[in-house]
Amino acid sequence: MSWLEVKDVDLFYGKVQALRGLSFGVEQGEIVALLGNNGAGKSTTLNMVSGIFRPATGSVNWDGHDITKIKAHKLVEMGIAQVPEGRRIFSTMTVEENLKLGGYTVRDKATITRRIERVFHLMPRLGERRSQEGGTLSGGEQQMLAIGRALITSPKLLLLDEPSMGLAPLLVAQVMEIIHHINEAGTTVLIVEQNAKAALKIAHRAYVIDNGTVTLSGPAAELAQDQRVIEAYLGM
Amino acid sequence: MTQVILNGLFVGSFYALIALGYSMVYGIIKLLNFAHGDIFMFGAYIGMTCLVAIPGIGSLGIGALAVILLVSIVLTGTTGVLIEALAYRPLRTAPRLSVLITAVGMSFFLEYGVRQIWGPDPQPWPSNGRLSDFLSTTDATGAKQQLSVPIFDGALTYSQLVILAFAVVLMAALALYIGKTREGRAMRAIALDQRAASLMGVNVNATISRVFFIGSAMAGVAGVMHGAYYSSITFLMGFLLGLKAFTAAVIGGIGNLYGAMLGGLTLGLLESIGTTLLGGEWKDVFAFVFLILFLTVKPTGILGERVVERM
Ligand SMILES: Nc1ncnc2c1ncn2[C@@H]1O[C@H](COP(=O)(O)OP(=O)(O)OP(=O)(O)O)[C@@H](O)[C@H]1O
Ligand SMILES: [Mg+2]
Repeated sequence: MSWLEVKDVDLFYGKVQALRGLSFGVEQGEIVALLGNNGAGKSTTLNMVSGIFRPATGSVNWDGHDITKIKAHKLVEMGIAQVPEGRRIFSTMTVEENLKLGGYTVRDKATITRRIERVFHLMPRLGERRSQEGGTLSGGEQQMLAIGRALITSPKLLLLDEPSMGLAPLLVAQVMEIIHHINEAGTTVLIVEQNAKAALKIAHRAYVIDNGTVTLSGPAAELAQDQRVIEAYLGM
Repeated sequence: MTQVILNGLFVGSFYALIALGYSMVYGIIKLLNFAHGDIFMFGAYIGMTCLVAIPGIGSLGIGALAVILLVSIVLTGTTGVLIEALAYRPLRTAPRLSVLITAVGMSFFLEYGVRQIWGPDPQPWPSNGRLSDFLSTTDATGAKQQLSVPIFDGALTYSQLVILAFAVVLMAALALYIGKTREGRAMRAIALDQRAASLMGVNVNATISRVFFIGSAMAGVAGVMHGAYYSSITFLMGFLLGLKAFTAAVIGGIGNLYGAMLGGLTLGLLESIGTTLLGGEWKDVFAFVFLILFLTVKPTGILGERVVERM
């Protein structure tokens, strides 16, 4: 069994089925990319792993626990953090308050302060704007903040939902660089991306999801050469 | 004129205390909790009952008020938590109107539940818990004389001063709690984005319960102070005061804590000045004229637009 193992999952929104027999795994230390078209079920998958949505059938196991029914806030405490689609920054709170909320489950204040400083070190633009309201940051800065906020718990598993969305190419490279760095430092990463090219560059392995189920999988370097992936996602 | 302003501020502090609970709940789950005024009433009944039922409470002097405040805080807070868990939580994803109607039903339940237990008649506040009695002297003829402090060309009695000071301290403590602590931040986070808050590890249900406890307990405190000051309580007293507190919340900008405080004091002042100019029979008309005025002209309240999403 993989470190994170999603197995035969069906998930419904009311009558709409979003995931159909979805199965995949992530090993500790990896960067794994989930690729797929709009509406394929990528965000649903991340939110299921995060405990926001519960599958109707199938199971999610992680780090030796069956986490299928564990609530979202518990999973954060256990070590799963998510950078959600659309960033979801707390708009009227300052950068610093957003980061403190990221550390909500960390009881020790000194630890939170230290980790916030570490985020400022990793992303100096945020440090310069620590008292600015989150809603007034640029899109790129908000993305940095969303990532920084997810790091304050020092998660074992980091889920990222389209971190490159709406960013200029230079910034996409920067964000991917940061993710690569976070992974080097010991955090396992599961990343959803529309920008398949950027994601495949840093990922070890990738899955292609279509209509709620895995249609292709393999090492990132191989998928980047795969004719089907190139046509569908790399736009060449 | 000074006296008119002082009276307005005094009454306004009651509105503000109750408006806070209205506003906190609206801020966090976008529900107009019409049962909130009745929690205020319930708090007063709990205080009254304790004064009658706890043996030896009369020997505590003014300490009796501290005891009944404490009991009232615990019981009204718990009632608020139960109401949310039993009546509102199951409807969290239901259309807003369903929850609103449930809140109105909850209001009736509390009013007529209390009427069932304590009866329909106004209840006198027991003499061992009347604030003015503790804060007065007996003059040469044996008549009680309220102590008071002159302020410019007006005066506040000690009782009014105590209540006003208590309200100010409570509001300041709440502002600090919401603004500076981890739990307060979690409340503001839920008000802004519930999903994002749970992704930060915030236990949304527990935090909403906490909001209901604090808001209801503040109303309970106001209820006890109301009874101790006005010396008579009725099972319908929460209806009018609840509506006025709601008005105060709207005037200040509903969902905003400073707005609730500002709105409460503003409404108290407007009422006091208005009745001086036009006569006491107009007292209750003002609140609702201002409610309608604000809802049509500036529905976001004094503290502006963006604060509506704030707590
Ligand atoms: N809250 C919801 N209620 C009903 N249907 C939903 C809900 N959220 C998602 N869906 C549906 O589930 C399917 C999968 O959605 P999901 O958001 O997981 O897609 P995605 O792969 O993340 O797409 P995108 O790349 O556009 O973000 C879609 O058909 C979507 O319409
Ligand atoms: Mg998505």
